[in-house]
Amino acid sequence: MTESGMNVHHVAHLARLELSQAEAAAFQTQLQQVLNYVEKLKEVDISGVEPTAHPFPLENVTRPDEVRESLPHEEALRNAPARSEGLFVVPKIVE
Amino acid sequence: MLNSLDILKLCEQLNRREVSAREVMQSCLRRIEVVDSRLHAFLNVDAEDALAQAEAADRRLAQGEQLPLLGVPVAIKDAIAVRGHPLTCASRILGNFVSPYDATVIEKLKAAGAVVFGRLNMDEFAMGSSTENSAFGPTLNPWHPEFVAGGSSGGSAAAVAADECLAALGSDTGGSIRQPAAFCGCVGLKPTYGRVSRYGLVAYASSLDQIGPLTKTVADAAIMLEVLAGHDPRDSTSVPVPVPACVAALQQPVKGLRVGLPKEYFVGGLDAEVKAAVQQAIRTLEAQGVEMREISLPHTDYAIATYYIIATAEASANLARFDGIRYGRRVDGADPIELYNRTRGEGFGAEVKRRIILGAYVLSSGYYDAYYLRAQKVRTLIRRDFLKAFEQVDAILTPTSPTPAFRLGEKTADPLQMYLTDIFTISCNLAGLCGISVPCGFASNPRRPIGLQLLGRHFGEDTLLRLAYAYEQATDWWKQKPPC
Repeated sequence: MTESGMNVHHVAHLARLELSQAEAAAFQTQLQQVLNYVEKLKEVDISGVEPTAHPFPLENVTRPDEVRESLPHEEALRNAPARSEGLFVVPKIVE
Repeated sequence: MLNSLDILKLCEQLNRREVSAREVMQSCLRRIEVVDSRLHAFLNVDAEDALAQAEAADRRLAQGEQLPLLGVPVAIKDAIAVRGHPLTCASRILGNFVSPYDATVIEKLKAAGAVVFGRLNMDEFAMGSSTENSAFGPTLNPWHPEFVAGGSSGGSAAAVAADECLAALGSDTGGSIRQPAAFCGCVGLKPTYGRVSRYGLVAYASSLDQIGPLTKTVADAAIMLEVLAGHDPRDSTSVPVPVPACVAALQQPVKGLRVGLPKEYFVGGLDAEVKAAVQQAIRTLEAQGVEMREISLPHTDYAIATYYIIATAEASANLARFDGIRYGRRVDGADPIELYNRTRGEGFGAEVKRRIILGAYVLSSGYYDAYYLRAQKVRTLIRRDFLKAFEQVDAILTPTSPTPAFRLGEKTADPLQMYLTDIFTISCNLAGLCGISVPCGFASNPRRPIGLQLLGRHFGEDTLLRLAYAYEQATDWWKQKPPC
């Protein structure tokens, strides 16, 4: 692990989070403390240990590919902040 | 007062037609009116809808229908979808979201006849240990208004302890059912990962999240689990194993069961009154023929670090969906990127932002192996510790939390201190085990409940509940009611 730590502005940009100056400064200190704390994982001998992604691994969970009832169009759009003609409205993406 | 009954007693009275479901629901609503402006366990209550459901239950009761929860008012954590009801996860980012469908657990509660009502307060997106991270203000502890209810299911625990409902649903990712149950003095059950469908639960950390009941008694937890459990094709991580007869298992003797006491859990940092209460609980179970054995869970000290890497990594991915496009609040921008940045910047609270940033960091290029992959490997070792322990014992006994409820504001300025409070509950989620918290005494100055935690094998809820029931029946902590 690197001791150098994170650049909160850079990671917040990756996560699409606008931060105020005050937030960024506070998070920088607080998260550095957390990162220093998790450094203790370096003490553990993990050689030859497989990672666990799920506590109860199931394999090949499949179902028949059949047409089933799903959320009606109107219901799916009901919570949208902006919509028009049965579509979500977003800011212009291409010129 | 009808609202102070437990499920078992209420159902007896409902089935004998001594009381009506409407009277019970009315009684809960009156109680909410009296106490909840102070406690703030509920974010929303639709009284009209609740009473209409209760009246429907009365019609079915009159026809002699027999269902496990017919006419029983059950309140719901604000992270679980109930069709036609608001869902905010105690966050501003969801705005006026209304759930278009029922979570599987809600379908099951309704099929069992329950009156499903209310939206219970929580830490925003279930991230927290005190319910102080709710965007709508904290839930107070029913035993003392200057202390936290615990979290993240603080609203669920406070509502049950204060008799505002008969039972509640919560969710538990690192202790979010068990810790508030301990702080408020009720029973909280986290089922084995995969035992209960997560379909319709807003995801925080998908490999750790599990829905479970908060109840007034262990028997009620068993009744609720039998209703909630079972394989669901809509949750590919729910496990197709049979649901055990948990209620019937309660009556079996516990003599000869072996219970492990992890030496790593009875060390420094443990509050003296908590320690004394748990030691008394050990003697109570020993008196019933339970055999106590010291065990070792050598990787305990690494659980919190492992959890806060894995949980935040999963959260950063799960919460990417809150982008202001398809639902929830939107803050406009000149282009989509600015829209995302502003929507998420204004919509999420501080703790959610911290966890998203930490999660994005540990997954980012150059750091993935050092943090995320390493944490997943340590998770394997933590899981192995438990599997090895369960070769020698049938359950593990610990305090639920190293301290009783702490003061409001005591830990909000220091996120790491707040994270460290989860030390006894987090390993259970990393290993995917089942766990329960039951009341086991009180701390003094001021008087606050203490919780006893029992951990069980994967899909071993029947044995877990049997032990918890035997302990509960030998004590009367659970009968005591908060002064609120």
